Amino acid sequence: MTGTFVGMPAFPAAARDALDNAQLRANLDHATSTIRAKRAAVVGELEQWEALRIAGAAIKDDVLLRLDDHLLTLESALQDAGAVVHWARDAAEACRIVAEVARAHEADEVVKVKSMVTQEIGLNEALAAEGIAAWETDLAELIVQLGDDLPSHILVPAIHRNRSEVREIFLREMPDAPPGLTDDPARLAEAARMHLREKFLRAKVAVSGANFAVAETGTLVVVESEGNGRMCLTLPDVLVSVVGIEKVVPSWRDLEVFLQLLPRSSTGERMNPYTSTWSGVTAGDGPQEVHVVLLDNGRTRALADEIGRQALRCIRCSACLNACPVYERVGGHAYGSVYPGPIGAILNPLLRGVGSSDQVDSLPYASTLCGACYEVCPVLIDIPSVLVNLRAQVVDAHRSGLPKAEAVAMKTARATLSSSWRLALAERFTRIGLGAARRFGASAWTRSRDLPEAPQESFRKWWRRTGGRP
Amino acid sequence: MDDFDVRGLVQPMRVALQVTCINDALYPDTGRNVVRLLRRLGVDVEFPAAQTCCGQPMVNTGYINEAVPVLRTFVDAFAGYDAVVTPSGSCAGSVRHQHAIVSARAGDPLLAERSADLAPRVFELSEFIVDVLGVIDVGAWFPHTVAYHPTCHSLRMLGVGDRPTKLLEAVEGLTLLPLSEAEECCGFGGTFAVKNAGTSVAIGEDKVRNVLATGADVLVAGDRSCLTHIGGLLDRQRSGVRVMHLADVLAQTRPPGGGRR
Repeated sequence: MTGTFVGMPAFPAAARDALDNAQLRANLDHATSTIRAKRAAVVGELEQWEALRIAGAAIKDDVLLRLDDHLLTLESALQDAGAVVHWARDAAEACRIVAEVARAHEADEVVKVKSMVTQEIGLNEALAAEGIAAWETDLAELIVQLGDDLPSHILVPAIHRNRSEVREIFLREMPDAPPGLTDDPARLAEAARMHLREKFLRAKVAVSGANFAVAETGTLVVVESEGNGRMCLTLPDVLVSVVGIEKVVPSWRDLEVFLQLLPRSSTGERMNPYTSTWSGVTAGDGPQEVHVVLLDNGRTRALADEIGRQALRCIRCSACLNACPVYERVGGHAYGSVYPGPIGAILNPLLRGVGSSDQVDSLPYASTLCGACYEVCPVLIDIPSVLVNLRAQVVDAHRSGLPKAEAVAMKTARATLSSSWRLALAERFTRIGLGAARRFGASAWTRSRDLPEAPQESFRKWWRRTGGRP
Repeated sequence: MDDFDVRGLVQPMRVALQVTCINDALYPDTGRNVVRLLRRLGVDVEFPAAQTCCGQPMVNTGYINEAVPVLRTFVDAFAGYDAVVTPSGSCAGSVRHQHAIVSARAGDPLLAERSADLAPRVFELSEFIVDVLGVIDVGAWFPHTVAYHPTCHSLRMLGVGDRPTKLLEAVEGLTLLPLSEAEECCGFGGTFAVKNAGTSVAIGEDKVRNVLATGADVLVAGDRSCLTHIGGLLDRQRSGVRVMHLADVLAQTRPPGGGRR
């Protein structure tokens, strides 16, 4: 059983808790700087990297412009290949479909390939409520699941744990952990492998997501590093894949671009270790019953946002998380979602809408707008521009009703900055303002930072006095 | 000869200083140093008194409606000039990337047209000196060790590249020391510094640690807003490291009689 993000506080409060955790900050600093360096090295090898990014963005944009056509092509290709296609409007519908498939086979457990979308819809919790156990088989997801924890990174969900913490979790929660287990990574991986093998061989039903869905042939693609995905996708009799509708690409040729962009951006590898592709059912080989659940869950809402829709290009590489100065200090839990970091700060508000949850509304502000995310994004998502646009949506959603102090301050600023004489008047009070801020101290600014000294006169006043000729 | 611009031959370029609201109110010396530097380089810079702010503080907080009258004031103040120089990568970035958003929001095609016409003529200080004036050695003298922080909006939004460090390297007596993780944000982020103060400070403290590790006397950057944050942390720690704007350094000249060193 894993924990839940439901009821998480807004970002500033959640971030404060994370900042107080010295071990967490040390783990994050080490992990993000290692992966940043790896990515930079392998991206630097490719002269055509910028061209690949442009191609990746263009393919995705083209898909989004004609999403309905591509999805219908995908559906019929999947059906021709022997798959059962389901459409799910939201998380509840998708979870119900998966549970029905499992129940139809009288399964009380499923094995899972690491998948963001099944976390997004809370599938494990929904299956548990139906008496069906969902076993995560990705090493890091296993660590999170055994530790009754929450994922804090898209690619490396246990990035907030170091290896001695992992050893403790295994010894405590894994009945078949070897008693003399050390924190040597190879020993830890071996313990997990032994623990999981039995589940792979026993399970009748597997659940996966998909990194890509090729419309022309009805082929799903899963990209992973451990081989656990390959086991889940080939051993059980029944396979259910939950796929966000934005995962469709028109043709196999398009994969050429993404299979270069994704591994270099995510794990810092030139090529992905295990790339599994399957098109429906192959008689006598692999799962003989294949279901595909095409999921909306807010994606059409995001698609309707002219500036925000570029977020649907995302291939879940997590390069933006690793590059983000905010993520590096506070980690993933502070974002209160399975999608943390810069992409989470735009994706969550886009999928869920702003104006109804303080937690969601706080996310577009969880950024310094430094642009490091945009710089590394393999599909050129201009995250800072989307953040600013979402901030405007948050403000607009709260324009009726009692104005916040911030709104009053901004209206005052509008009045002051709309005319130079009003600004000149306001500048007379600079010294008083700074003096008050200093005296009444414990403001958000002055707790750790000194304020500058107020000057004798403003620049404007100096220019008027001297004509700019000292 | 159709596209030959004779304006520069007949009459000198009219250049305006957009001093920025933060320099106007808190750092007038930086504004004065821009004037001093540009005059030394032969530019008779003017200060249009009608100017206020670029509107970025409002836009970045989500108050785009509130930025509309500020944009009108900006365009009215600067529309008549051949070039506008601003000692801030962030404000120049706002002009080039955000003014279109604001005018679109205003639904005012004339404002959109006027601001689109003006935006390409707005230059960050190092861009103006290197690209428009074609100067690298500004004749400055500054006998100190310096670390340079390339602020995010200069670096990533504008792409000023190595223009500021080229200018600094040409300063007589100045020793430029390498700053590790230089391209990482300082954590300021406008209202982020207050809304998420703890995170802002945590990022800033790592920047300060890297600055102190250089052993430099002075930290230089092209944005007073970032320097207010980093300088506030340095001062709180009684580090003894000064922060200076790029203009403050480039304006310095060898005193009559030669000076030290």
